[in-house]
Amino acid sequence: MSVVTRAAVDIEKPPPRARGWPRARIVGYALVGFWILFGIGIVTYLVFAWNGEFFARYAPAYLQGLWTTLALVAISMVLGALFSLPVTYARMSKNRYLSVLAYCYVYFFRGTPLLVQVYLVYYGLGSFRVQLESVGLWWFFRDAFNCGVFAFALNTAAYQAEILRGAIESVPRGQWEGAASLGLHKLQTLRKVILPQALIVALRPYGNELVLMIKASAIVAIITVYDLMGNAKLAYAKSFDFQAYVWVAIVYLVMVEILRHGVEWIERRITIHLKR
Amino acid sequence: MPSQNIWILLSWGPDGWIDDIAYGALVTIALALATLPIGLTIGFFVAWAKQSEEPSLRVAANIYTTVFRGLPELVTLFLFFFGMPILLQYVVRLFRPEATVDVDSFLAGMIVLSLIFSSYSSEVFLSAFRAIPKGQYEGGYAIGLSKWQTMRKVILPQLLRIAFPGLENCWLSLLKDTALVSVVNLAETLRNAGVAARVTKHSFLFYSVAAMVFLILAILSSIATGFILRSLGRREAR
Repeated sequence: MSVVTRAAVDIEKPPPRARGWPRARIVGYALVGFWILFGIGIVTYLVFAWNGEFFARYAPAYLQGLWTTLALVAISMVLGALFSLPVTYARMSKNRYLSVLAYCYVYFFRGTPLLVQVYLVYYGLGSFRVQLESVGLWWFFRDAFNCGVFAFALNTAAYQAEILRGAIESVPRGQWEGAASLGLHKLQTLRKVILPQALIVALRPYGNELVLMIKASAIVAIITVYDLMGNAKLAYAKSFDFQAYVWVAIVYLVMVEILRHGVEWIERRITIHLKR
Repeated sequence: MPSQNIWILLSWGPDGWIDDIAYGALVTIALALATLPIGLTIGFFVAWAKQSEEPSLRVAANIYTTVFRGLPELVTLFLFFFGMPILLQYVVRLFRPEATVDVDSFLAGMIVLSLIFSSYSSEVFLSAFRAIPKGQYEGGYAIGLSKWQTMRKVILPQLLRIAFPGLENCWLSLLKDTALVSVVNLAETLRNAGVAARVTKHSFLFYSVAAMVFLILAILSSIATGFILRSLGRREAR
């Protein structure tokens, strides 16, 4: 018995690291050195470009912009999640017209750039002002923030519908049949059997979608929403100080990294029971 | 509301705008196609570094993808578009104090899109690398091929085949990302559609046309990749 274990241990042992200076190591050290120099360069730039007045004037605006960004993403993620439910239902239904309709919806919103969709809503619907006023919806589409939320929600609904569909289809058919044989009806099956398994699969794509939305939300700066990026643009236009963009890049990077690691942590927590 | 005939607006010629938008579509395609080889090459080497045994290479490659996947595309674009002239000017002025530097928006877009595309495609390449069994490398070395030869003649052909579906997705998002370069005044599809929208006040019409252009490009790419996939499948060893 012990012999077997020892053999197993011998096999498991990783190969010894190459010694000396093979080419890969030279290249690797050079590249890491480049990144370190780059980091030092950014820090020294920010130290030398430090401008108390700039900071005092624009830091509150950045903070406000951060809230706008977070609000935009949160609202459109939730609305998108709600709207993705009927889309997923239609996409998975046996009615061919319904599923083709949902497929076209998803294809359009995934096949065209988000920027085009945002323009279509903000500028495009703006050209139907008279009609919108007569329906009483103009107050909503007049505001750039609302247009951003509207376009983002429709866009993310298409992506989330695909995520949800993929997750539900990843649950084996036997689960549906087993639940049916226990006498659960469709909705109960979905809620108690399928979704708990599907959402574990869906967690990572949902996290990715959230990160993508945060990154994409910078686009609304172009339609004059003063989110994080919008405030950076404003600060740059007023001061011609390039650090406006460097700071905003750092804030986005930190935000995305926190989210990414947060999602990974949650995934590790909720899949503990699947580890063997 | 302007009441011009939309069919005149959508015609080819001095009164219509379709020729401008078609020209823009060509710029979009050119930008995406120019980015593709650079992005693929960088992505391949980044993935190679990521699965290397040398920790320093892995660290360097991971920093690269973390940065360029973490930054919003628009922020990266602005950083390069506004930052590169400042940096270049600083360097150039050391030699020629009078010089001013302007960066072409096509070039800036190409660089930024290459960086983004390569960081995404490196993930695809990395998972393809992991799908290739170690024996393939060992077989290559055993018949006397060098490391580089093994990579080029044994691994790469299999790698491309495995990575192809993932790379198709990267290509589709690259096509969509080209629209962002319109923000720094590159006369591509969206930009020209925007000009048409502003001049004629038919915003919805022209932005819909831009959306259609992107949809058609997406459909054409899926047809093309379908062909490539089928021919790859036919050549696969059985």
